[in-house]
Amino acid sequence: MTALLARGLLLPALARKRARAGTGIAAFVVVILGLAVAVPALNLAVPPDSPFHVPTYLVSLWGKYACYAMLALSIDLIWGYCGILSLGHGAFFALGGYAMGMYLMRQIGTRGVYANPILPDFMVFLNWDHLPFYWWGFNSFAYAAVMVLLVPGLLAFVFGWFAFRSRVTGVYLSIITQALTFALMLSFFRNNFGFGGNNGLTDFKDVLGFNVQAAGTRDALFGITCLVLAAALTMCHAIVTSKFGKVLVAIRDAEARARFLGYKVESYKLLVFTLSACIAGVAGALYVPQVGIINPSEFAPANSIEEVIWVAVGGRGTLTGAILGAVVVNYGKTYFTSGALAPYWLFVLGGLFVGVTLLLPRGVVGTVRHLLEKRRKPEMPDPDPQPAGAPAPAE
Amino acid sequence: MHARETSALLYLDGVSVSFDGFLALNELSFTIDPGEMRAIIGPNGAGKTTMMDVVTGKTRPQRGDVLFDGTHRLTELDESDIAELGIGRKFQKPTVFESHTVEDNLRLALKADRRARAALLWRASVDEERRIGRLFETIRLGAMRSRLAGSLSHGQKQWLEIGMLLAQEPKLLLVDEPVAGMTDAETHQTAELLREINRQRTVVVVEHDMAFVRELGVKVTVLHEGTVIAEGSIDQVSENERVIEVYLGR
Repeated sequence: MTALLARGLLLPALARKRARAGTGIAAFVVVILGLAVAVPALNLAVPPDSPFHVPTYLVSLWGKYACYAMLALSIDLIWGYCGILSLGHGAFFALGGYAMGMYLMRQIGTRGVYANPILPDFMVFLNWDHLPFYWWGFNSFAYAAVMVLLVPGLLAFVFGWFAFRSRVTGVYLSIITQALTFALMLSFFRNNFGFGGNNGLTDFKDVLGFNVQAAGTRDALFGITCLVLAAALTMCHAIVTSKFGKVLVAIRDAEARARFLGYKVESYKLLVFTLSACIAGVAGALYVPQVGIINPSEFAPANSIEEVIWVAVGGRGTLTGAILGAVVVNYGKTYFTSGALAPYWLFVLGGLFVGVTLLLPRGVVGTVRHLLEKRRKPEMPDPDPQPAGAPAPAE
Repeated sequence: MHARETSALLYLDGVSVSFDGFLALNELSFTIDPGEMRAIIGPNGAGKTTMMDVVTGKTRPQRGDVLFDGTHRLTELDESDIAELGIGRKFQKPTVFESHTVEDNLRLALKADRRARAALLWRASVDEERRIGRLFETIRLGAMRSRLAGSLSHGQKQWLEIGMLLAQEPKLLLVDEPVAGMTDAETHQTAELLREINRQRTVVVVEHDMAFVRELGVKVTVLHEGTVIAEGSIDQVSENERVIEVYLGR
């Protein structure tokens, strides 16, 4: 009791600050969870002629945005808080997607064009007579789900282990991540790599026994994506507000200082990088059944750069900004590329990046937060005046 | 652990470092006794910062031996291991975590389990708050507690960094040019602060400012071209012909 009391007296500023950041995130989580229920309800329960009806194609489109939001969140965790600018995060997203795609391919079974119960169509087409070992087990959803985490996580761990131990940082690290995703793209394009070559994996029939085309399945996938996104946001928030998160920011701002204080910088980086890759992998796995295809173009270096732009626009180091940035930029992309303005989308994207970098270096959410803090400050004088105790030794 | 090989807290023997043929340290040898405060001076390029880099694990010497506390061979360890052994380092340019509050800067520096798992499971504790409170008394930045460290003045950042070193509870403090860019009053206060710290910890100050070294009033080691050319009180070394030659040019 006394300990609690003392804690209450000693920690007011800290608690207040944390509570403030917490309410913002909590509100965001509530909105995401609300969407998880509302959108499927408006799709299923509202008749199609009602103005409130949400057509199924929109449910899937928004589900895709939610996956992108999760990917942006994973990038913000490492870039915004630890200063690791990965320009190859699309690779982890795509690997998660391929793991899910392999499960979905095996579910097709005899319904494929060649009606082979074991081999996916593209393998029959290539005259393969048996399933390669790395496809074993993917008929089980549980196994595929493990792979969704394990494959991106393991790649990130091995890559990070070498990169962070050799103290590769900054631009050099960004360039190697680009090379990583580029190399993967080239490999996945090859037919004999065993992942369907440039066509990738598609023509999915069902997931866990439900038809992937059915409105109900689409709604469920959207709902699940929102739930997972909310969970990922909550987890990332817990991480960045913990002491671990403070160490990450310390590494971002003054890596040498953190080292000379005794922190093993490489372990912190490795842990957060691997975790981030796992989140990206899950996002990719949820993406594939909703868009119905995964192919090597997901590894394209330009994709990974675009993903970083989402985070920059929303505001790095804010978590919610990454989510907003991903949704807003992708909404813009859908809007622009589906009309007469389609040829100009890349100019808009480039202009957006330059504009945000020059005019809004904190991003949208970061700028709003900064202005709010500034407004709040004059009303809130420092709550802790100099502690009254033994006088300082000098003077 | 091996048997103690020397009674000195810090022992450098024949340490040589070369960068692309340039000999930054040339058979450098000196010892620091436990509880001592030592000033290390020398003109630009004398190897002062390289010496600190070797002791803190940032640079590996090509030759030579560095022992801490008589048992730990520092040439085989990395920065974070050496920091955990109890060597704190203050940079020439004040280096604090600018986007953390002053209080969080100290919190991150407090001696504690540095592993990632411990940091994930960390919870605020009254004991930690008390230790931070005591540090604020020493470095006199209590009024700045919840300000961002990036908003502090140059001198305040220097003190915050010293506070962070104290929070680490090191046995040995390496301080690189602590009064560079400070006002006279701040310089004087910093000398007081270092003397206060020296009551419990061994301190090595690398300095340029002779007036400050004189004010500290401790044994001085003079480096030149990566090697020791004189050692003794400030009055002794300033009468040394070699030192005069080096400082005034030949």
